[in-house]
Amino acid sequence: MICYKGRSQVIRLTGELLGRRCWFVSSSVGKIGIFVSTPGSCSNPQVRKQQGSTMPFGNTHNQMKLKFSSEQEYPDLSQHNNHMAKILTPPMYERLRSKQTPSGFTLDDVIQTGVDNPGHPFIMTVGCVAGDEETYEVFKELLDPVIEDRHGGYKPSDKHKTDLNAGNLKGGDDLDPNYVLSSRVRTGRSVRGFCLPPHCSRGERRAVEKLSVEALAALSGDLKGKYYALKNMTDAEQQQLIDDHFLFDKPVSPLLLASGMARDWPDARGIWHNDNKTFLVWVNEEDHLRVISMQKGGNMKEVFNRFCTGLTKIENLFKERGHAFMWNEHLGYVLTCPSNLGTGLRAGVHVKLPKMSKHPKFEDILKKLRLQKRGTGGVDTAAVGGVFDISNADRLGFSEVELVQMVVDGIKLLVDMEKRLEKGQSIDDIMPSQK
Amino acid sequence: MASSFTRLISGRNTAVLLASLGAGTMATSFLMSESNSLFADTKTKLYPPSSDFPDLRKHNNCMASALSPAVYAKLRDKLTPNNWTLDQCIQTGVDNPGHPFIKTVGCVAGDEESYEVFADLFDPVIKDRHNGYDPKTMTHPTDLDSSKITNGIFDDKYVLSSRVRTGRSIRGLSLPPACSRAERREVERVVVTALAGLQGDLAGRYYSLGDMTDKEQQQLIDDHFLFDKPVSPLLTCAFMARDWPDARGIWHNNEKTFLIWINEEDHTRVISMEKGGNMKRVFERFCRGLKQVEHLIQERGWEFMWNEHLGYILTCPSNLGTGLRAGVHVRLPNLSKDSRFSKILDNLRLQKRGTGGVDTAAVGDTFDISNNDRLGKSEVELVQLLIDGVHYLIECEKRLEKGQDIKVPAPIAQFRK
Repeated sequence: MICYKGRSQVIRLTGELLGRRCWFVSSSVGKIGIFVSTPGSCSNPQVRKQQGSTMPFGNTHNQMKLKFSSEQEYPDLSQHNNHMAKILTPPMYERLRSKQTPSGFTLDDVIQTGVDNPGHPFIMTVGCVAGDEETYEVFKELLDPVIEDRHGGYKPSDKHKTDLNAGNLKGGDDLDPNYVLSSRVRTGRSVRGFCLPPHCSRGERRAVEKLSVEALAALSGDLKGKYYALKNMTDAEQQQLIDDHFLFDKPVSPLLLASGMARDWPDARGIWHNDNKTFLVWVNEEDHLRVISMQKGGNMKEVFNRFCTGLTKIENLFKERGHAFMWNEHLGYVLTCPSNLGTGLRAGVHVKLPKMSKHPKFEDILKKLRLQKRGTGGVDTAAVGGVFDISNADRLGFSEVELVQMVVDGIKLLVDMEKRLEKGQSIDDIMPSQK
Repeated sequence: MASSFTRLISGRNTAVLLASLGAGTMATSFLMSESNSLFADTKTKLYPPSSDFPDLRKHNNCMASALSPAVYAKLRDKLTPNNWTLDQCIQTGVDNPGHPFIKTVGCVAGDEESYEVFADLFDPVIKDRHNGYDPKTMTHPTDLDSSKITNGIFDDKYVLSSRVRTGRSIRGLSLPPACSRAERREVERVVVTALAGLQGDLAGRYYSLGDMTDKEQQQLIDDHFLFDKPVSPLLTCAFMARDWPDARGIWHNNEKTFLIWINEEDHTRVISMEKGGNMKRVFERFCRGLKQVEHLIQERGWEFMWNEHLGYILTCPSNLGTGLRAGVHVRLPNLSKDSRFSKILDNLRLQKRGTGGVDTAAVGDTFDISNNDRLGKSEVELVQLLIDGVHYLIECEKRLEKGQDIKVPAPIAQFRK
């Protein structure tokens, strides 16, 4: 048996191959007599310290898979409708399959969720996730075209602008509360140097929680608040969080489960919110942090002000402790799902549009305004009683201010249209052009 | 008949030789990722095993009972030859705390070597689950000689159907939690090729899950043969449902009495069944079929995972040894209402399930009664135990019908105190 203490990768590699064959060939004395292998026929099974990849989740056995040809390993994507399945080809798979990020995330890890979830003919999901910041670099051959496809033609050479100056927002404080029931802005942040939810170990996830809780504990004034760890909360606290619509639960969507994000639930997951219940942070759900600013009524300006102030304060608190958020000038803020790159921002309102929603041009108008509709339960729910969740469709290639501006302007127009339809008037003259 | 040259070429070892030649190119890219080992060392120092130890305080499964911080620290950085880790073995047990009344196993093997590399965890788990069986010191008897069975026919008025199932794993390929798509496809290829060689009453056909027509699917559902993508979190958290339905399928003989599931929870699940109470015939066909399949894969240089301590190696430690569940659907309207029913079953080393299988409720008075044990007793012993036990249950039922009293039998010996 080859000893594994050598430093050279070549010796390790050769040793692995020879060791494996040794294991096959050595026991011809086995009960059958033809190429039989029995475990333990060599001195002991190959036990050695982990090299290359240390994270427990993710295909640490990628090297083993490389014994098989690319064709033998290529996934069957014939029933699939997601961005990954559209972009991935056998030659691309062959080029990328032997790579891994410094923490050991591999191509198969990136695409597993897309392989396991063929998708729906009408809804194009992304079908791939990042396990760490470097995923977007190491697997750019796959992820750049996915990003381009998902984000309206965003090119590998494009630069993304970040603008969290709430003062740059025009208007937004006067959306009619008779129609706009609530306003909300959310985004995500990842802490540089830690693996993302699909790949992180329990130790890393707990470290992210610890850092976040310490930083959030330093917030003051109207942002002062409290952390509720998912595994420690009392029944009373849990009920309160449910009533406030703050509680997140273990993901059930196969899109998330298949990527490994729900491992070790509810370890190191929790919810922080300020005493006023207008600023909320989710820790270790689909991203390291999800940051949410919300309130009843139509004052999106105030919501966005608080959002920007809070985010900037949190970022500074992290920096004081020696940690930055994952960000670069091409992809903006780096998050787990490629669909959330850039701003990761979804600004939206719950708005009553019973007449508008029945108008034949409703979908078209939303598209022109660069908005999307969801039910009031969030993504993949249906609208109830003519009340819709309307938010920006884009995440990357526009700044935060630009996206919130689109929502503010778009909602103003939609409410005006609703009022006109109530009076039986036409809306043809105020049809928007493509933004 | 395939020439020996063809068999050699299509054998597993040739594939490995050819693949390893191609791996020379891999060495270059491996060398270029030198930085990985430095990163790895830093990470190991930053995250000692204690930082990764799972929170098992709310857990009730065999893994949680057996895993201490010391055992975790010892095993965390070890790898099997297929690069499978301890964290991957225990993930399902971490993610599924279990139920106070039902103790699940909470860990799975990714390959045959898992049981050895992580023996410090698996041995106590096996002891816990299998009534004190100690893999280090005890040997498991394998006996598939169905001629030894006596009294193997039940009264059809009570026994509606008889069934024996087990699993088999193909040595040299990773198990369902760990296998790559290529390995899974290789399992499918090896098994389907072998099954094509079965003849006579065992001749049959393969239905790949991904390729079957709607009509075939409906027929398999009507026959109660079809298995679907696992929904139980016990299985999905153990990574067994990846790439579904790639390389999964069902084979059955034309008479619909011998059935094989491919790449569901194990490489293969082998089932022999028929309506009525002729357990002897069911078991005879079971043993004959298994032996023939084994012979057919051996001709091509493959074999089943087996060793003298753990018997047949399967994904879940609960199925080690024989992996055998022999059972009947039996009507016990009077006995099931008797307060001594559970105790009688316990002493006979039998368990009851609903007729939908594990974790289902009984419908009417019909129960699925099967053996509790898997490891430490041979197949013949377990089936005989089931047969004797069911006869006893039917006796009790008949006595209760006549208004006579019944007795709780003395408990059958196991190896634990």
